[in-house]
Amino acid sequence: MATVGLESNSNQSKPLWLLAELTYRCPLQCPYCSNPVEMAKYKNELTTEDWIRVMQQARKMGATQLGFSGGEPLVRKDLEDLIKEARRLGYYTNLITSGVGMDEARIVAFKEAGLDHIQISFQASNEELNNYIGGSKSFQHKYEMARLVKKYEYPMVLNIVLHRKNVHQIKDILDMTIDLNADYVELASTQYYGWSRINIDQLLPTKEQLENAELVAREYQEKMKDKMKIIYVIPDYFENRPKKCMNGWGNIFLTIAPDGSALPCHAAGQLPGLEFPNVRDHGIEWIWDESPDFNKFRGTSWMKEPCKSCDEKHKDLGGCRCQAYMLTGDAENADPVCDKSPFHETLQNDVMRIDKLSGKKDFESKPLIFRNMKNSKNFTDKKTAEPI
Amino acid sequence: MSIELKNEIILEIIPTFRVQWEEVQNCHVVLYPEGMVKLSQSAGEIMKRINGKKSIIDIITDISITFDGADVKEDILNFLEVAYGNGWIRIKQ
Repeated sequence: MATVGLESNSNQSKPLWLLAELTYRCPLQCPYCSNPVEMAKYKNELTTEDWIRVMQQARKMGATQLGFSGGEPLVRKDLEDLIKEARRLGYYTNLITSGVGMDEARIVAFKEAGLDHIQISFQASNEELNNYIGGSKSFQHKYEMARLVKKYEYPMVLNIVLHRKNVHQIKDILDMTIDLNADYVELASTQYYGWSRINIDQLLPTKEQLENAELVAREYQEKMKDKMKIIYVIPDYFENRPKKCMNGWGNIFLTIAPDGSALPCHAAGQLPGLEFPNVRDHGIEWIWDESPDFNKFRGTSWMKEPCKSCDEKHKDLGGCRCQAYMLTGDAENADPVCDKSPFHETLQNDVMRIDKLSGKKDFESKPLIFRNMKNSKNFTDKKTAEPI
Repeated sequence: MSIELKNEIILEIIPTFRVQWEEVQNCHVVLYPEGMVKLSQSAGEIMKRINGKKSIIDIITDISITFDGADVKEDILNFLEVAYGNGWIRIKQ
């Protein structure tokens, strides 16, 4: 979220962005999903009353943006009621959806409930690849829903996650978003968490692919300026400085998982040593201000070298804690995307390994592990102590 | 992008944006898909008056009265350029 203030009047952190992951149920099976690989463990979804209480408490603390996400939020039958309450509370309400489970009647009902914005994901620019990646026959339906979203005058964001299997389509993807009259397009390169991390050999684009994609993205940004905002994010594995992940731990983002666990980011569930305070047991104010989890990596005092004495530490706050944990085994280390990290070279070598093997028949024919409850269950049962 | 800001022009907020007062932030904000911009006090005073009814001269007069007859015209026109450039406002047809 952009918080480019014309005037910033506070440096005290507030949960400005509430991400409500209503469910991990989803009709799609995208192999890059950012949900936890162990999602099969999450049962016992929050009730409508729980969600309303969470929304009220976060709003009272100053939250303005609310994302209804998942899994697929449309699976929840109480979505209309939640939108209505969110809007009444004064949130800007975002529905982040695959479009599967939507129809015209529901789009109208959401509008009546006060929904501000709909974001639809596409997996590719054509039916065959879209349906393959999503593991579901959904392309035509998505297309139709995107048309209806504009018909009912919502601002529309189209989100396309880019990776090695679809990045060559970038021009067609952008033409599709123009045809659908999107207001914003997010070309989000896969970030390697959750399912995408276990599928990284199949998903990481080559350097050459990225360079081509960037040229096309820049061309369309120029061509479409004033009409459509195109946001293009390259995978940070190709960078030398890490991203200021979540704009800082416990700084503006608050994620609530389907079972009520409160997290500083949607991927943090994998980190060891966190207690995962639950909104069934605690209020948002305590969770945000007082809980050990939300204070654990706040600011810079938790840092080790090379971050601790780094003159750029306030710029990126050491990068991503999950990435540090996944790639170094210690969440307090510098994000290895940073070339000051002693693990940077290992990461670069892995990127080069995949780059070299890409395009080779044997390597490309390795099957994707699709995101579904069956694979999650297998994975959870087999899981060893090794970080993924 | 620029706009010819004549006195009689009536402006409106583009419907994909929402302007509201935020008690906790103690300022007006502009909200849009997944984003928010906090407005300074003067920017908030201007944006809250853009309602598809008031002309630019109405807004200038109104704000000048609120601030004890201060000469605010130049500041307001400058801010409207910014707001227009950001795609928040348009001329009501």
